[in-house]
Amino acid sequence: MPQKHTISALVENHFGVLCRIAGLFSSRGFNIDSLSVGETEDPKISRMTIVVRGDDSVLEQVVKQLNRLIDVIRVIDITQGTFIERELTLIKVNANTTTRTEIIQIAEVFRANVVDVSANSMTIEVTGRHDKVQAIIAMLEPYGIEEIARTGTVALLRDSTPKK
Amino acid sequence: MASAAAPPAPQEMRGADIVIESLVREGVDIIFGYPGGASMELHQALTRSKIRNILCRHEQGEIFAAEGYAKASGKVGVCMATSGSGATNLVTGLADAKMDSVPLVAITGQVPSSVIGRDAFQETPIVEITRQITKHNYLIDRIEDIPRVIKEAFHIASTGRPGPVLVDVPKDIQQSYWAAEFPETVSMRSYAPNQARASREDIESVAQAIKEAKRPVIYAGGGIISSEASEELRNLVKKTNIPVAQTLLGLGVFPETDPLSLQMLGMHGSVYANYAVNHADLLLAFGVRFDDRVTGKLEAFAKHGKIVHIDIDPSELNKNKVAHLPIASDIKYALQELNGIVEDNAYPEWVDEINVWRKKHPFSFQETEDDILPQHAIKLLYEMTKGDAIVATGVGQHQMWAAQYYPFDEPRRWLTSGGLGSMGFGLPSALGAQLAFPDKLVVDIDGDGSFAMNVQELATLYVEKLPVKTIILNNQHLGMVVQWEDRFYESNRGHTFIGDPDGTEAVYPDFVTVAEGFRVKAERVFHKKDLPAAYERMIAHDGPYLLDVIVPNQEHVLPMIPSGMTFDDIITE
Repeated sequence: MPQKHTISALVENHFGVLCRIAGLFSSRGFNIDSLSVGETEDPKISRMTIVVRGDDSVLEQVVKQLNRLIDVIRVIDITQGTFIERELTLIKVNANTTTRTEIIQIAEVFRANVVDVSANSMTIEVTGRHDKVQAIIAMLEPYGIEEIARTGTVALLRDSTPKK
Repeated sequence: MASAAAPPAPQEMRGADIVIESLVREGVDIIFGYPGGASMELHQALTRSKIRNILCRHEQGEIFAAEGYAKASGKVGVCMATSGSGATNLVTGLADAKMDSVPLVAITGQVPSSVIGRDAFQETPIVEITRQITKHNYLIDRIEDIPRVIKEAFHIASTGRPGPVLVDVPKDIQQSYWAAEFPETVSMRSYAPNQARASREDIESVAQAIKEAKRPVIYAGGGIISSEASEELRNLVKKTNIPVAQTLLGLGVFPETDPLSLQMLGMHGSVYANYAVNHADLLLAFGVRFDDRVTGKLEAFAKHGKIVHIDIDPSELNKNKVAHLPIASDIKYALQELNGIVEDNAYPEWVDEINVWRKKHPFSFQETEDDILPQHAIKLLYEMTKGDAIVATGVGQHQMWAAQYYPFDEPRRWLTSGGLGSMGFGLPSALGAQLAFPDKLVVDIDGDGSFAMNVQELATLYVEKLPVKTIILNNQHLGMVVQWEDRFYESNRGHTFIGDPDGTEAVYPDFVTVAEGFRVKAERVFHKKDLPAAYERMIAHDGPYLLDVIVPNQEHVLPMIPSGMTFDDIITE
């Protein structure tokens, strides 16, 4: 059964590492749902969080192929443990004087922030797990969504994960 | 670092000289380089060094030569090209070396840093282009990185699962100066190739599996050559008497003339090797990657047996075929450990059963009166050279026949493009091997299609005085494609005739005249009775020699398991 896996890879913060990894995924036919990259506490190391879909054998290959890359320091399948994952999304939705209050209420329920308002639109910033973002988008859709910008997922293992 | 030993204070060195000095420090004495605007600084530095440059006549030729050198010697092959088209001409060779795990360092000149990204003359982003077909690659952006990067490049190319590494050096960096410091060691936190070591429990499980098996087979591949573990494999067979099938790239890891050798397995492997694998209750897959040309239909491959798979590259385990016992390990280490505990054994009934098939279906062909069959030509070469030549090939029918009819008793005698199937591999890889072994007989068994793809390397043979012998098995066709047309496309010829469409009687092109133009001695043979004397002249000749052997085009490589099929679908006639 194809499942979603969140993989966290620590990589050398070199020029070109992102291309190396993106190229690996496309040349081996792995499907990426999202990929996000950023520096870690050590500026020489970046963390890549990759959400990939596939069965166990696909995941095994993804992890092994990533490990094979010279610039990859460590790969963890975060989905194996308990973890925190978040993505950030900006949603620009149609809003007029009659719908504005409803939209603000929806945003409050999702603990989202209104970050911009104009005569005809509002921009909402929402942070959370992928399904939460999906849920607010579904709620806002009837008003007419103009634009969406969303980051990939970032994730960390919970410290409370029991060590095996 | 080096200052303790070096008497004078460190002097400023030109970047190009730092590159070459870094190569010298890696023990390089031969490289294959073709200069151009962005690499001429490096060639200028080469003239100031002890390194011998072999001027091949095409960058694809030089990288195949570097592969041949590496495959024959076990050392890292080094080639050099200029930017742009020089670098892109290396692409096929890099992909070839990646597929066949050949240790290689390719150095390319790049346009000056200031114009990178501006579509300068002869600019290509070669690091971007080759990312997926190298084990690793580098674009140097500071002169201070040169010694470390070159050291890392050799380390990466030659350790773990070997492979090609490309280093791209912009011209301005070649031309700048620095009081170079050369590191003695490599330190890379993200690359630990020596971690792959089988555990004690794993080795015990393998020994136990061997003990319980009644019909074991070893499936031995190129990883054993990379790991220099041929001796350990032979010791294992001495103790256990398990028959050995070899992959195309593994030929020679176990003596093919040994009674327990099943020779090559796979699409054009022996019937008995494929029979054995198909009926085995234990498949010992050592240094192999379950390539589709070996397995055919994956689900049916070795389906009756337990599979032990040992490879240094963990990503090969369970990639194509799920193993019951996947072990990530250097094969030399694993075999040494296994030989320490495995019990003496023998499987006479199983070997007898296989030998029935060996007798029933040996590699065979119908002898002819006058025509020279390619199989006969190779068999005769084997007899006349006593199996002691280093043999290179192109890709196609002649390659498969060479694998079948020129058995090897030692590793590193066989140079062929397995994974990528690169036509034109034969002549340049032969010349590379000749440089590694100047006194050995090196023969390129080639096809007329493959040979023409790197024919320009005849010049390299002449100029560098390399006594490579080339045998063209000339059937005026792209024989392997013709064979598929005959078998699966009702013999409809889809551009597979490569002779002269206006004069099918005369052989075209005239390779003898071509060779003479390159000042390489050559002759053509039509008749079977003339072949032994022609071989004698060729072998006795002090210098390169080309023999254009005219062969019929109706022959098929047999046996054959059609692509994606199983042992039950094997074609033997």
